[in-house]
Order: sequence, then C-alpha cells, then structure tokens
Amino acid sequence: MTAAAETKAPGPLSEWLRRSTWVDHILLAIRIVVALVVLVGLVGSIAADTYSAESWISFIVFGLTIGSVYALIALGYTMVYGILRMINFAHGDVMMVGSFAGLFAANALAGAGVTSALPLLALPLILAAGMAAGALVSIGIERVAYRPFLHVRSLAPLICAIGLTFILEYSARGLFGTRNRAYPGFGWMEGSVVVFGITLQIVQIIAFAAAIVMLAGLLAVVRLTPLGKAMRAVAEDRDAAALVGIDVARVIVATFAIGGAMAGVAGVLYALVFKQITVFMGFFLGVKGFAAAILGGIGNLGGAMLGGLVLGLAEALGPALLLEGFHIPAPYQLKDVIGYGMLVLVLIFRPQGLLGERLSTKRA
Amino acid sequence: MTFAAVTSSYRLERRRGGALAEALRIGLFGGLAAIAFALVGAYTIMDGRPVIEGVLTLAQTVLVTIGLATGAFGARAAGAAPAATRLAHGAAAGLLAGILLAALVLLVSSVNLRATLVAASPALVRALSFGLGLASTRALACLAVGGAMLGLAGSVLTVLPPVARRAVVAGLAAAVAAGLFRDVFASILDNVPGLRGLESAIFGFSGVNPAAAVVLCLAAAALSVGRSALRGRALSERSIALRKRIGLALMIVAILALPLVTNAFVAQVAMLVALYILMGMGLNIELGLAGLVDLGFVAFFAVGAYTVALLSSNTPFAIAHVSFWIALPIAVALAAVAGLLFGLPVLRVRGDYLAMATLGLGEIVRVLVLSDALAPVLGGSQGIIEIARPRIGGLVLNTPADLYYLALAIAAIVGLVSWRLQHSRIGRAWLAVREDEDVAQALGIDLVAMKLLAYTVGAAFAGAAGAVFAVLIGSVFPHSFQLLVSINVLAILVIGGLGSLPGVVVGAIALIGLPELLREFGEFRYLFYGLALVAMMHLKAEGLWPAHAKETSHV
Repeated sequence: MTAAAETKAPGPLSEWLRRSTWVDHILLAIRIVVALVVLVGLVGSIAADTYSAESWISFIVFGLTIGSVYALIALGYTMVYGILRMINFAHGDVMMVGSFAGLFAANALAGAGVTSALPLLALPLILAAGMAAGALVSIGIERVAYRPFLHVRSLAPLICAIGLTFILEYSARGLFGTRNRAYPGFGWMEGSVVVFGITLQIVQIIAFAAAIVMLAGLLAVVRLTPLGKAMRAVAEDRDAAALVGIDVARVIVATFAIGGAMAGVAGVLYALVFKQITVFMGFFLGVKGFAAAILGGIGNLGGAMLGGLVLGLAEALGPALLLEGFHIPAPYQLKDVIGYGMLVLVLIFRPQGLLGERLSTKRA
Repeated sequence: MTFAAVTSSYRLERRRGGALAEALRIGLFGGLAAIAFALVGAYTIMDGRPVIEGVLTLAQTVLVTIGLATGAFGARAAGAAPAATRLAHGAAAGLLAGILLAALVLLVSSVNLRATLVAASPALVRALSFGLGLASTRALACLAVGGAMLGLAGSVLTVLPPVARRAVVAGLAAAVAAGLFRDVFASILDNVPGLRGLESAIFGFSGVNPAAAVVLCLAAAALSVGRSALRGRALSERSIALRKRIGLALMIVAILALPLVTNAFVAQVAMLVALYILMGMGLNIELGLAGLVDLGFVAFFAVGAYTVALLSSNTPFAIAHVSFWIALPIAVALAAVAGLLFGLPVLRVRGDYLAMATLGLGEIVRVLVLSDALAPVLGGSQGIIEIARPRIGGLVLNTPADLYYLALAIAAIVGLVSWRLQHSRIGRAWLAVREDEDVAQALGIDLVAMKLLAYTVGAAFAGAAGAVFAVLIGSVFPHSFQLLVSINVLAILVIGGLGSLPGVVVGAIALIGLPELLREFGEFRYLFYGLALVAMMHLKAEGLWPAHAKETSHV
C-alpha cells in the first residue's frame, strides 16, 4: 500500500508519513540499523585485512558446496509449497534418512567389492539409494501428515509434521545408535585438482555438479513432461485442475516423492563432503534449506537454487566479511546467526524472496 | 468457507479390500509396530522393568497391548459380520503380527545386523525367546501362537457388550497403572500412617504383586460396571456442570497435596511439571488464543532466567545482588520488552512462516548466549552458577517441595491473569484473530496491536517461568534453552487442548510428568511425543481437555 502511494502522490515523503503507522517506522529503523551494521562490519573487516586471497577463495568454494546442499533441500520445500501452500516441516529429516540410506548402501557396496572394482559406478548407486529412501519417507510423510488434512484449514499438518520430525529422529536414534557415523570415501574422490591456480577438492566439485544436474533434471520434468504440466496446473489452482481431470492426489504424492528424492541426494552429498553424519543433523539443515527456499522466493525452483547458493556464501563469508570488523572473538561460531538472521530478515522485509512470486494471502 | 467445501472432494477414501484382506493388513501393521518397538531398542530396555512382579514386564505389556489392539481392529474391520467371523479375523490379524515378530527373531539370531541396527542384539533374541531356548522352534511358535491368542482376546473385546468391555479395559488398565506408577502410590502409602503394611502387600520391589494385581483388576472392573449403571440414567445439564466442577476441585486438591504425601523424587518431578504449566500458560496466550505459532518461545524463557541469574548470583557475573522477589518482576518486564521487540517485525508474517521466523529468532538467541563473544557477560557455555534461592522472611525455599509451591503459586497468578484476559474483550478479539484474520480486521480489530499484545503477554509469562527455572536449578546454562523446550511446550498445548487452561495442566502432566516417572521411557520420550502429537491430530485434534467441549475443532 505504501509503495503504491509513494509512486503516485506528489509529495512522497509526506504522503508516506501520513499513511504509515508506528510499526512501519520501527521497521524502517530496523532496516537502517541492519544496513549500518552491515556497512560498518564490511568496512572494518576490509580495513582489518586478516585473510589472504587464498582463504577468501576457499571460503567461497566452501560456501558454494554447502550452498548446493541447501539448494537441494530447498527444492523440496519449494515444490511442496508450490502445490500445497504449506511447509513440510519434517523435510530436513528426510535428508537425514537419505544420508543413512546412502551410508548403508556404501557399506554394502564396499562389502560386495563393487566400490573397488567399479569405483565410478558406486557413486550413482549410493545416490540412488539416498534418493529412493528420501522419496519413500517423503511419501510416508504426505500420507500421515498432509493427506488427511487436505480438506480443512488448520494447524494439524504443521503439528503432525513436527511430530513426524520427532518420530524420524528418535527412531533413527534407536535404530542406528547415537554415535557419529563415519562415511566411507572412494579412492578417486579423495584428491584435489588445481583449476586456474585454485585448489579444489573433487568432492566439492561433485557436490556442486550434482546439484546443478538435479536442478536441470527437475526443471526438465516440470517444464516438459505431462506430470510437470499437471503439477503446474495443481499449483495454479487445485480445484480447477481437479475439474479438468487431473488426479490431484497423485500429483501431490509425486511432488513429495520428487522433493524427498532431492533431499536424499542432498543428504548423501553432505555426508560425502563432511564425512560424518548423525541422526540429528537433519533438523537444522532443514531449517537452513527452508531459509534458502524463502531467500530465493518460495515456489520458484530457480530461486531455491539461487537462495541456497547465496545462503551458503553468506554463511561462509559472513563471519570473515562482517563480524571480523567488530573484533568479535571466534566469529565463526556466529555463522548460524547470519543464516537465521537472513531467514528472519527476508521473511520480514522481502517475503517474496529474490526471485519469487508474492507470498499469497490465500494461505492464512 | 468455500475453500474447505471445494477441497473436501479430495478427501480420499482408501480402496478397501475384503474384510479378511483388511484384517491381514491390520495384522501387518501390528507386526510392523512390534518389530519397530523391538528394533528401536525399547524392548530390551523396558524388559528390565517389571509391571506385575515376576509375571509381566513393561516391554511385554506393550507387546500385549499391540497384540490386543491388532485383534480388536482386525475384528472391527469385519463390520457387522457374525461374531465367529469377527473372532476369526481378529485371530488371523494377531497371528500374522506374531509371525512377523517371530520372523524378526529368526532373522536377528541368524544374521548379524548390529553394524546397521544397534538394537538387533543377542539380548533382544534372548528377551523375545522367553526362556524357551534362543530362537528355538518352540520360542518362535510361542510368538506366533501368542499373537493369535492375543488377537483373539482383542476381538473378544469387540464382541462383548459395551458395559463388559469397559469393565475389562478398566480392570486391565488399573493393574498396569498400579505397576507403572508404583513409586508414586507406594510413597503415598508410605506417608499415610497405618498403611505401611498395605504397601508391602500390594507392591513388590518394583512392580505390583500378582495377587494384588488381580484384586485391583477386579475392583476397577466392578467400579466401571457401577459407573456404567449410573451413566445409564439421563443426566441433566446441571449435574454435568456439577461433575465438571467436582473433577476440577479434585484435580486442584491432588495438585496441592502431591508433594506432601509423596517422596522427594516425585516432588522433583512435580516441580518440573509446574514449571512447564507456567510456560504452557504463556504459550497458550500466543498459540491457543491468538493463533500465533511460536517456536522461539524458549528465547523469552532464557531472558527471564538470565536476568535473575545476573541479578542474584553470587559469582562475578552478577551485576547486582537483589532478592528473587525484586529480580522476578524485572525478569518479567525484560522478557515482555524482548517479546515486544521480537514481535514487532515478525508479526506481519503468517502461519507456518511465523513458526519458522520465531524458530530462527530463538536459535539466534541461543547461539549468541553460547558464543565466546558474549561469554564475558553471560558466561558462555559455562553458564552462571550459584544463584541465590528465594527466601520468605527467614525461610529459604530450598527443597523441591518448597520450590514446587513457588512455581505453583506463580502459575496460579499467571493462570488467573490469563483466565481474566481470555474472557475479556481482548480475549475475544484474540479468538477472532485466530479464527480468521481478514474477518477480524474487517470487524475493526487492530491486528498488529492484538498480536503484539498476545506476543508480549506470552513472553512475559515465559520470562516468569525462566525466573523460576533459574532458582529451581540454581544455575543457568545455554543448554537449557534449546529448541526442544519450545517444542515441548507446544506439544503440551496441543495434547492438552489449545486455548484451555486445564488442558495445559493435563498436557504437562501427560508429557512431562509421566515420562519423568517412567524412567525407562526416558530415552524414548521424544519418540513418544512424536507419536502422541500425530495420534492426537488424527484422533482427537481438540486435545484431552478441550476449551469448548461442544465446538468441533478448528485447532
């Protein structure tokens, strides 16, 4: 409302002052404070000049790696949101399950000798295991927490999904134990290559490339296949889609399955990069994935990718780039503050995200 | 609401097979539930706890319950078929579940799965073989036949007339409850003079004695039959209201007397329950009345706790040395200010987004408190210790029972305030906002002001809870302020019934008190929470003690 008034009225400032409430003023003050903090931090950090060019590059590479994991998780959030206008709260744990499925597949393959005989084949097999497990769990989540409540507007799906988060995490804890599990590596993925004088770990390249391939595949599915067409129709208007004969329930299940598969891939990639997994890692990575989806513009597949990469970069660079300027001890401890802070700020100030559609008010 | 009307066409009816296929499907689920129970590790842990001394352990009780339920649902799937068919279907469902569990035992005993599934251990095989030889044919057959028998017993329950069914269920439940909560009952008998002898007659070392179990079972069954006979008469509106009042009064008396008649351990648990009641009342304002999903609730709790810690600790972190009674209002006020500050920007976000935004804020607070950056002020991960206990005159509130009454007194004040608020103009405005924001705005309700007020009041209550928490524990650590606390409180509200003050009490007892008393459950508490949340949403979305009995739930 205020934005429209600003463009039309003769005296935009006085018009804005007349129309705005005290909440708007406080929001403006928060904007200014955030901008100032960022500015002062930036200037201070650059003046301090603590890090070499090489460490900046390694920060960026790390940011893009973790960013691709965030992006893959974000895809699931964004797809489900697009169709149902709801958040799948248990999505992070789907990723954890995919990660464990990948671990067991990797152990089984190593035991059967496939890893040493056909090292290049092992990776796709492990990814496939993660995808399958993720898709299955995601379908289960849809069945338990979303389908029974499709016809009513309530908090029930959210609360059911929170319940499922607990069930998944603590079942996994009981089944697989509490200790951290080491992820096996493959010989050819351990090394690093030098490109343009920059040393890159092969695992990081794989994670990034896999995320890009997945996104491309997903875009192709949504744009080109009949299923994708049906998905777009349901996202546009569920009732109308049903009227023209689209099996809405099947499309919703397919959406959850695809989103779950993406999360499964993310889980395997995360584990390959960080070498260790626990049963509780899913939740907070899930929140980060959600932040990425919001940042890019929820409901927008390309936005999810962009949001993931931006969030990953912000977390990797933020401590060095912003907090160093304030001479804060151990700034890296606060990287999560940057991630969550971005989530909160985007939700408040730009809920449509970087690329997204306007957050519709249809969903209350 | 057109949205609900049109989308209701998507409520899918599952294609059902024949009655037998349906029974076998239920048997499959029952078997999977039993397998999950075993593989999660719950079976071996709960097998160490006798419920009926020397006869039945907690783990076996759970298995028996699964078997009975499988049989009952299997029989119910046959609908109005003749009783013999229903019994047969129930038995078939139970048999399938038993066979699945036997297959698991065979698998675990013959293949080493421990690298993947930590609970698939020889101990599990031993426990499930019931001393009939490890995974021997006899033990496996015993599982399968036992499943069939339990299924049959479960289906018998569905065939019985309702009065008899209620009596049987009440009898079994009474015996099991006596065994489960042996500590509470035994300590009560311990404290009542003249009943010492009764204690050793009823209770064994850690469960209930078999003979006493039979007596209890029969007594509860008789009581249930009596109640059913009474219920047969039509009740007037007034006597229903009277009953409700009596129920409430009994609950209050029980709450007041609890730490006096039990031991220190139970008082400790009661103290924790009282604390969660306090927090639950805070979140009840936000979520139950105004419909704001807040997953960062723990942040306000932390503000209250740290304020008291900074104001009344004996360590160098303290910035003042005042008594608890001065620190408490300051903590409440600061928490309210924090609520206002957090609330201002966040409240334009709706529904699930609010959940995520508040989650983010709560985590930011926790990470900041934990960080080295603020360690010189807040103690970092070491926390702040040696917080002075509150004193009234010369009396230092030191024992769990004292602190329980302190928490309870503050909870009572908070409860009164929120009850008054709920039934005021403001409370009705909150309800309107919860039901439909757009309509509420059209009615002239100032959305931002109302939401902010709810958020601020809720935060203030959470601050009071945090202040009490600080003196209860005597120290504050960042680890006490995890997201799980927020989710615990949310679960309490949902289980108890959103917007219902007695619901908060019931929810806190069910979710904090019971798992705390059943220490064997401890490890599986959050699994139990998850199951309870999902089951609640599916079976009774309005909660155990709903705010309005007649109104169908909108949650």
